[in-house]
Amino acid sequence: MSAAVSFAPRRGWSFRQPSVIPGFGLTLGFTLTYFSLIILIPLLALAIRSAGLGPEGFWKAATDARVLGSLRVSFVTALIAAGVNVVFGTLIAWVLVRYRFPGRRIFDAIIDLPFALPTAVAGIALTAIYAPNGTIGALFAPLGWRIAYTPSGIVIAMIFIGLPFVVRTIQPILEEVSHEVEEASATLGASRFQTITRIILPSLTPAILTGFALAFARGVGEYGSIIFIAGNIPFVSEIAPLLIYIRLQEFNYVGATVIATVMLLLSFALLFVINLIQAWSRRRYGYGSN
Amino acid sequence: MAATKLRARVHRRVSPTSESPLVQWTLIGIALLFMAVILLLPLYAVFHEAFVKGVGAFFAALGERDAQAAIRLTLLVAAIAVPLNVVFGLAASWAIAKFEFKGKAFLITLIDLPFSVSPVISGLVYVLLFGAGSFLGPFLKSYGIEVLFALPGIVLATIFVTFPFVARELIPLMQDQGTGDEEAALSLGANGWQTFWRVTLPNIKWGLLYGVLLCNARAMGEFGAVAVVSGKIRGQTTTMPLQVEMLYNEYNAAAAFALASLLALLALVTLVLKTALEWRFGDEIAAGGGH
Amino acid sequence: MEVRVQNVRKEFDRFPALHDVSLDIHSGELIALLGPSGSGKTTLLRLIAGLEMPTQGKIFFGDVDASEKSVQERNIGFVFQHYALFRHMTILENISFGLKVRPRSTRPPSGEIRRRAMELLDLVQLSGLEKRYPNQLSGGQRQRVALARALAIEPAVLLLDEPFGALDAQVRRELRKWLREIHDRTGHTTVFVTHDQEEALELSDRLCVMSQGKIEQVGTPDTVYDYPTSPFVFGFIGESSTLPVVVENNELWVGGRAIGLPAGDAKPGNARLFFRPHDVDLIEADASLAGVVTTARRVGGTRRVELEIGGAGHLVEVDLPFDHPAGEKTRLSFRPRRWKLFPAE
Repeated sequence: MSAAVSFAPRRGWSFRQPSVIPGFGLTLGFTLTYFSLIILIPLLALAIRSAGLGPEGFWKAATDARVLGSLRVSFVTALIAAGVNVVFGTLIAWVLVRYRFPGRRIFDAIIDLPFALPTAVAGIALTAIYAPNGTIGALFAPLGWRIAYTPSGIVIAMIFIGLPFVVRTIQPILEEVSHEVEEASATLGASRFQTITRIILPSLTPAILTGFALAFARGVGEYGSIIFIAGNIPFVSEIAPLLIYIRLQEFNYVGATVIATVMLLLSFALLFVINLIQAWSRRRYGYGSN
Repeated sequence: MAATKLRARVHRRVSPTSESPLVQWTLIGIALLFMAVILLLPLYAVFHEAFVKGVGAFFAALGERDAQAAIRLTLLVAAIAVPLNVVFGLAASWAIAKFEFKGKAFLITLIDLPFSVSPVISGLVYVLLFGAGSFLGPFLKSYGIEVLFALPGIVLATIFVTFPFVARELIPLMQDQGTGDEEAALSLGANGWQTFWRVTLPNIKWGLLYGVLLCNARAMGEFGAVAVVSGKIRGQTTTMPLQVEMLYNEYNAAAAFALASLLALLALVTLVLKTALEWRFGDEIAAGGGH
Repeated sequence: MEVRVQNVRKEFDRFPALHDVSLDIHSGELIALLGPSGSGKTTLLRLIAGLEMPTQGKIFFGDVDASEKSVQERNIGFVFQHYALFRHMTILENISFGLKVRPRSTRPPSGEIRRRAMELLDLVQLSGLEKRYPNQLSGGQRQRVALARALAIEPAVLLLDEPFGALDAQVRRELRKWLREIHDRTGHTTVFVTHDQEEALELSDRLCVMSQGKIEQVGTPDTVYDYPTSPFVFGFIGESSTLPVVVENNELWVGGRAIGLPAGDAKPGNARLFFRPHDVDLIEADASLAGVVTTARRVGGTRRVELEIGGAGHLVEVDLPFDHPAGEKTRLSFRPRRWKLFPAE
């Protein structure tokens, strides 16, 4: 490090600190080129198409009743699913970190199943289970509660794909909560319940919020696991990504572009919020959720 | 008196930083039940439905010509997309981990960008870039190059959605390892390539394998992005997940689940290998994740 | 509050950490539990706190049997080595926590809680930092907050587990002095665990030396230093040299030569002689300990000389003033001014 400092040119600004290691130009050049070709230019194509509509045209297309309906379905179901996942994800993370029971490591590994299982496979499997004649669907059908082919089905699929985001965000932070802090709380007279609600859960708050945001973002964008189980009735169970797909099938590129732009802006906003939470928790608590 | 005694006994068993066994087992029970219903049941359903019409029907479905074509296409797409993302991941992590430069944190955020883009949108951007109304599409077509509704489009969409997997695995790992080993190798007279092949790569091999594993699982299983660009031409541009969808929509559920069970098997193998890597080489994969 | 530990035994998974330990802690005293790692000192502290429950035996707070009580009911103040502050709470919230979690019937009004917390903040000399988060304080400051937090609940006993172990030497010395002051001002019965004998000797009214799950000796620092009752204590507290000797004719012999020390009431046979390197007289007499100088190095204001005594290669250390002429010699003879005999092992 000291070498790098002493060799540094006495200019106010330099793009990079000198280093004896070769390959900077080659690797960074390749990285930026590849990123531009695969990610940046295609996303710019979307932005340009969108900008080409002008504010009025964009607004008109974005406030189309069916578009708004699909966005509402996506956001409401994703919110519910992320809420369910926060509750059960926190519980699962707690159980996996704190308790010892037979099969713990296998259940811990299984958490990642939604990451590994192709979404289409999950989609048809969930449909089979929750259809009125499926294992679980048959339990609820006599009660008059249909799960598959209704918004409930969408929530189920989103719970499936969002669960690992919550668990995997909370787990490492929960492992970091020191035993001593809990003992300190007990010596100060706090009951176990007070220790959990006032000490442990608050220190997990940034992780829980991050997990919620990640699960929500994933739910809003999800397509494969939902379309089979959703029923896809406009205004009721038609999600925004599906509407993009439908618009493309109709060669209505404008309609597809507008929905995509709205969704992208919202997910970038979410990404920004997640980064804020992380920065805040690092500053405040001295640790982040990563 | 009896009450005090009872309480004393409870205290003796339960440490002040833990819950009573009753509470513990209740919580474990709820968590496992939830996981069983949400995660395990779908997995079971795939294999159950795949064999519901017997083993014969299962293999007949897999032996079908379109199914075979879908399997071949899926393997081909992964075989192109994964190595490209490996090269990118290595280049990006080398540049980011071994050097200090302005805008590095921003670049790391950008690399994760595809994760926050809906798969359907990942496909859509290529449709806009190469589709009918675009400039590039007709231009390439005049040279006989088809991108949309053909292999290049499927590969591009797959690369887009699997873009961050290898890089995000390697960057923290290589940052954690620092530059000491490389500087030592260079001071001993090794050149850049020798340093990379003989020092850096052995240090990161397990982390790289881990990233490849996850990248491959997603590449073979991607549905939304590929659905948009493939055109779903039976036997030509349908990957396995798309073939599953087509069969399912044609009310051929048994065949759909037969093909789906292959993908589920891939997911299980991925999980097993991933878990094995974590148990065996945990510290060589995650770079002190908690910090 | 007086604390009595009565025949306490503690096993972890059948591995005994404490064997039959008894200790009376006087009301208002500052007592140190001193010992190497694995001696059971932290276990004993945690048993008093109620963070562990004894396998056998009882612990009394005054006349009340506290072994029946949970940690919450014991009303103790505990200070941890790594502070264990609540990171999501401000300093003020940390200090008030113990009062805020009380049931409504015994909880002071919130204005009173705040007033008391501010008072304690003043006591630990951190006024003005009440809105900070633990993350924004230095190690020494954090440990002061931890102490204030423990004091806030007006504990019957204050327990500190290696409170200065994570701090660097300078801060450590400061905090040591400051803890003594706080103790003198508040008068809490205080037990602290340390592996640092200097800390224990300087800070405590009495110290309790522990080894391998047993108490070796309890006494004032002077008693323990001047009159160690076991070879372990002699070796663990302060500098020491040791030599195998033979007791015969009421005299001590080394290598067939009387060394001019009376055996007192020691039984004839093999024994072990202990003395402090600085507690010796250089003498020119036949009846002395004589040895060949193997190394001599200066340690601060003294010269520490290592001698080989007899042919068997027994090494002992003696201290000379650094400018003493004998420091240049190759042979030295000396006699311990004070010494202690223990049976041979």
